[in-house]
Amino acid sequence: MASVSDNVMKFFRSSSNAAGPATPQKLSRRSSGMGEISRLLNSQEGLCVLDMGATSANNIRFFTGKGHKNYSEDLLRSSLDPALRMQDSEGKTVLDSKKFLDENLVYPNAHFDVVLCWNLPDYMEESLVKPTVDRLWSVMKPGGVLLAFFHTRDAGPDSTCYRYHATGTEMLDMQEVKFAAPGRPASEKVSPRLQRVFNNRHIENLFRDFASIKFFLARDSIREVLVVR
Amino acid sequence: MDAPQTGEFAHIGKSVVIKGELSGSEDLYVDGKVEGKIELRNHSLTVGPNGNVAADVSAKSVVIQGKLDGSVIASDRVELKKSAVVNGDVTTQRIAIEEGAFLKGKVDIQKESGKAAVPASV
Repeated sequence: MASVSDNVMKFFRSSSNAAGPATPQKLSRRSSGMGEISRLLNSQEGLCVLDMGATSANNIRFFTGKGHKNYSEDLLRSSLDPALRMQDSEGKTVLDSKKFLDENLVYPNAHFDVVLCWNLPDYMEESLVKPTVDRLWSVMKPGGVLLAFFHTRDAGPDSTCYRYHATGTEMLDMQEVKFAAPGRPASEKVSPRLQRVFNNRHIENLFRDFASIKFFLARDSIREVLVVR
Repeated sequence: MDAPQTGEFAHIGKSVVIKGELSGSEDLYVDGKVEGKIELRNHSLTVGPNGNVAADVSAKSVVIQGKLDGSVIASDRVELKKSAVVNGDVTTQRIAIEEGAFLKGKVDIQKESGKAAVPASV
């Protein structure tokens, strides 16, 4: 039987780079979805913003500097907690989505005006994606907006997982995500692996409870989705 | 950052475990385990790399290198070093977060009356 550590490693790319640069290189990309979110953040004050990427000082600086309240919650990292793994009736290792949502995204209903989901759905274990989106629907205010990025079919499984830093415009700074996998040495930083590719129908189903959905197809094999609760 | 070498401060070493309410009128360096509440008002708290604090914290400034579960209220500033793991809400005037720090919670920047707040920096 595979160990917990082996099961966890399917979420990471095999090309670990322990000797990589201390500070990963920053790239940037134009984001139409972030452009719309930036206009909203620049024109209003006191919004509640949930950033679901890795902790970003840039984002906290930008959001709080505009007078918004910033909430950080790195759900990808939380989803890799070995304590979430359990055996189903057939002996397969599955994730306990109930436990996951008992420990994460615990907020009052209708709390957030803006949710930055980034590329989380593409890299998260599939059984957690729909429950997470359902929880997001609950904690977002009616009229609140959510931004998510989905890879298109052209992206390969070794597509780099990036974290995104807001700049206040439609440009986003990007930085490769690497962290120590549970059960592995802390010095062994690995990158998350793309778990699947959602097509338009899947994405529409995922957000079917939301009021509206808008797609932006970018050149870098990314489909941006702006959803209104 | 090493433990402070000079000045007036209290030091809780890494083998020390404290449960209860901690308050004081000098700076505090925690490299051990504290559960409960820490209140330092006009002084600073540093959680060292081995520190494991499960407490609501109130101080003038807070520097975290280790683990902290609980809310942080700092009247001046909060600094999260690269090894920091913080689960809780942070309320302060200024916050600095190093690359690699982990924060799960709300950041609320309270503006000092008459001055513009200086938000997060790296």
